[in-house]
Amino acid sequence: METLKKYYWKWAGMLLLVYTMYMGFAGQVPRQAILNETVRNLYFHVTMWFSMIALLGVSVYHSIQYLRKSDPMDDLKSNAYVVTGLVFATLGLLTGSIWAKFTWGDWWTNDPKLNSVAIGMLIYLAYGLVRSSLPDEQQKARISSVYNIFAFIIFMVLIWILPRMTDSLHPGNGGNPGFNSMDLDNRMRMVFYPAILGWMALGFWYAQLRIRIRKIEVLLEEKEQV
Amino acid sequence: MLQEIKVLFQKELQLEWRQKYAIHGLMLYLASTIFVCYLSFKAKQESINPITWNALFWIILLFIAINAISKSFTQESSQRGIFYYTLVKPESVIYSKILYNSVLMIGISLVGIIMYSWVMGNPVGNMSLYVIALILGSIGFASTLSLVGGIAAQAENTSTLMAVLSFPIIIPLLLFLLKLSKSALDGISISENWDEIAVLASLDVIVIVLSGILFPYIWRH
Repeated sequence: METLKKYYWKWAGMLLLVYTMYMGFAGQVPRQAILNETVRNLYFHVTMWFSMIALLGVSVYHSIQYLRKSDPMDDLKSNAYVVTGLVFATLGLLTGSIWAKFTWGDWWTNDPKLNSVAIGMLIYLAYGLVRSSLPDEQQKARISSVYNIFAFIIFMVLIWILPRMTDSLHPGNGGNPGFNSMDLDNRMRMVFYPAILGWMALGFWYAQLRIRIRKIEVLLEEKEQV
Repeated sequence: MLQEIKVLFQKELQLEWRQKYAIHGLMLYLASTIFVCYLSFKAKQESINPITWNALFWIILLFIAINAISKSFTQESSQRGIFYYTLVKPESVIYSKILYNSVLMIGISLVGIIMYSWVMGNPVGNMSLYVIALILGSIGFASTLSLVGGIAAQAENTSTLMAVLSFPIIIPLLLFLLKLSKSALDGISISENWDEIAVLASLDVIVIVLSGILFPYIWRH
């Protein structure tokens, strides 16, 4: 019973993903010109960005906690969430690239959202560089927390405001109808919202595994030094 | 705190005034980059595409900003940093740096646009809007790069880190700036660009406020 209480969200997340997989490939979807069957990618592409933003947001929360309390565990968590966020960003780019190939005709289109995400990944890769260039543990944690908070806010400005001011091929921008108005009917909603939760659960599980591995590594290092 | 900012700002000015080579160096850098651009494009008046003209000018400004501002934390020795730490609030340090760098960048960009239009021609339709973009851009460059400069100064290979950290983080600002200055090129009136101006101004304010909040943590060691 205790285990069930502790891990119920992992089970729930996995069940949701099984449901997403089944409904995603076998469920009914509306027929639309150009989109056709690719609309199923909604469950696998759009959900990645929701998960990425959630993971990066939690990472910023831990960075703020680090600056307030200077607990090395917070820095470790914040770093693990950033890395997981980057994994999801990569998956989002890959699934998006496939979708773009079959609807817009190219693997990479010159679209503000794609460019923004590419810039965002550069920002977070630079975050990794900051970490590796500072040898002192405390300094590394402090500086990378500061950079993480700064980067997240700039990144949010980039992905929420800029695409709204320029033309984009994505739904809901530049005069394109949003998914809400026509494509996303109730059948798809019944899969889309659970899919978001399922992928998020997977992301947080992955991040927690990373955190646990890092904790063990830190303990081993300390043991060796003694 | 205002008093502290004022004193530190005057200190920056005096430091610059006493070692004139730094500002002379920047001006020479500006002049030679513009001239190199002119020579390599063999640009007669109005012969390059306005979009290229605009992009080239912002890239020149970006590189000069990175050069000018990365030195603002490294030119003073770390002992002096500790001395300031005992005297003033860290917020005053970063605000005075932002203020000084903004003034410097506004000056450089205005001199730059005059030199640039002198040799490369000037296709701008609405000059006052372009100047607004230059001023907002200078403040944005100065505030973003001051904080990044503070971060990069903590590591050993400051100049590499400065470039790698500042390029991606400054692109959002640069994209908004290119958009606004493109409108200025096309001669669209200021009243139709309030949205862009407001976004740029609020981005500047966000970065300045964030710098004030975050800088004390960088400086504390």
